Amino acid sequence: MTAIEPTGTRPPAPPEPSRRREFVAAFFASYSATLGFVLVLLIVLAAIFAGVITPQDPYDPAQLSIMDSRLPPGEPSMEGFTYWLGTDDQGRDMVSAIIYGLRTSLMVGVGAAALACIIGTCLGLVAGYAGGRLDAAIMRLVDLFLSFPSILVAMMILAFLGSGIANVVIAIVAVEWAYYTRTVRGSAMIERRTEYIEAAEGLALPPRRVLFRHLFPNCLPPLIVIATMQVARAISVEATLSFLGLGVPITEPSLGLLVSNGYQYMLSGRYWISFYPGLALLITIVAINLMGDHLREIMNPRNQK
Amino acid sequence: MTLWLFRRLLQAAVIVLAMSVIVFVGLHVIGDPVELLVSPEATQAERARIIASLGLDRPLWQQYLAFLTDAVQGNLGNSFVYNQPALSLVFSRMPATLELAFGAMLLAIFIGIPLGLYAGMRPNGALSRAIMLGSVLGFSLPTFWVGLVFIMFFSVQLGWLPSSGRGDTVRVLGIEWSFLTLDGLRHMALPVLNLALFKISMVLRLTRAGTQEVLAMDYVKFAHAKGLSPRRIILVHVLKNLLIPIVTIVGLEFGSLIAFAVVTESIFAWPGMGKLIIDSIYVLDRPVVVAYLMMVVMMFVIINLVVDLLYAAIDPRVRSGGRT
Repeated sequence: MTAIEPTGTRPPAPPEPSRRREFVAAFFASYSATLGFVLVLLIVLAAIFAGVITPQDPYDPAQLSIMDSRLPPGEPSMEGFTYWLGTDDQGRDMVSAIIYGLRTSLMVGVGAAALACIIGTCLGLVAGYAGGRLDAAIMRLVDLFLSFPSILVAMMILAFLGSGIANVVIAIVAVEWAYYTRTVRGSAMIERRTEYIEAAEGLALPPRRVLFRHLFPNCLPPLIVIATMQVARAISVEATLSFLGLGVPITEPSLGLLVSNGYQYMLSGRYWISFYPGLALLITIVAINLMGDHLREIMNPRNQK
Repeated sequence: MTLWLFRRLLQAAVIVLAMSVIVFVGLHVIGDPVELLVSPEATQAERARIIASLGLDRPLWQQYLAFLTDAVQGNLGNSFVYNQPALSLVFSRMPATLELAFGAMLLAIFIGIPLGLYAGMRPNGALSRAIMLGSVLGFSLPTFWVGLVFIMFFSVQLGWLPSSGRGDTVRVLGIEWSFLTLDGLRHMALPVLNLALFKISMVLRLTRAGTQEVLAMDYVKFAHAKGLSPRRIILVHVLKNLLIPIVTIVGLEFGSLIAFAVVTESIFAWPGMGKLIIDSIYVLDRPVVVAYLMMVVMMFVIINLVVDLLYAAIDPRVRSGGRT
């Protein structure tokens, strides 16, 4: 038997409470990451409580008045509140429409990214742990998916399946799973050579237990970074697809669809119908990326003492 | 080398074949072609006749073989909307898209490389920080929204540039081109910049990282010690070493420019392949969708193949089967 080399540089166990506190401190040490976190928190809260905080339900025809259509930002409504961001052609308050749109965008984006994460992580763990032919086959598939641009893969799927929320989710999963697999497989290949995995195998634990209880927690740091970035990407892909008219249905418009709907009024100078939904989308994506950028920095083992 | 070449060609063929299966299955199994091709008011007899004439009553593998034989001969069916061969329709729209993609590629190189060089040479300067911030925005801004803001600002507010169409075109070699007329160039400006933005950010970041790496090399220090002018060091010693990998990557990204042109063309009503496929998806003009997808996939496979062949020609380690 070969001598087991002490690895030493990596913790053999998932972060303990004290390390967690350290991590939280490191995260909030950055202004931009804190800003990103606060923004994301506000956005998520706004999306969850959309029905409570918006002045009107933008999809209840009884609350809309056609008299109020296409008002510029700051005009008062018939009901007494102010249209801070104007109204669209249906007389819909843009603030309300954006917050409801945010809800759809986040639901589709986060849901699809989470699904892609689960599928991609499982495949990555299996590939990295099993090695050999299974690994080669999975990675060949990953290479194939990564060699085509996201928009092409998504378009292909939606062209065949048709639009709709479920199909958009499928398209986003198809676009994103390979990134998770590649990342997780990379760390799994390193981790499986360590002693704690050998120990777990020595105890004759079932492979599933070794994979998910021992290997998985130690592949987490790079996974968290990539998952953050991929949520932003999923939201952006969904918006692009909806803008192209291939995405979510008109009854539950996401931010991308709102931009697309307002697009026709752009040339007549009614910029607010499509500009502000786009701005909301942009703030969401940048806020998530700010967090992701900093997470990548503090989770990079090279930057740790 | 011959064996390697053979295997590589085989691999490319397998990918194209696999894609044809996926496209075929997507078309015929997930979507029901009968539903799409036969009017809902058709009688049972008419239905049966159309199904038979399209060969949809045969077993699936026979249908696939028929589809494949036709496809190899360049026949992917007629467009339902334009009633002309789908493939030639896609080809007729191709120059407009190529024009945009080439324009964007040139912008990426001629804006991205100088800015990246500057940011790499003075990593802590205020201007460099501004450039890097700009590149972060270039990465995170959704293309369609940037296009919209361009239209809002440059077309509606300032009235400087047109926001849709190709403008005047000139016929050269039997193909209409926009970039040869002043009006055409004005029409191209916004879409090209819109399409290029992401690639400019990418080239900029690659150049910056490469510059910082090369500047720390011994041969650059030696060139300084020899008393060469900084200008010469940057242009000859640094830039020359950066250019090959960066131009390779930009070339590899050409296919993705074609794919992302879908978004830009939709915003700026640019009559290229991308606009065609989106319109075709709306009206369920499946032959056109299939023709577009097969062609773009072919293009990707060919680009990757050419790059691999070039690398094999340059780097002997690749063809000897060694792992890189």
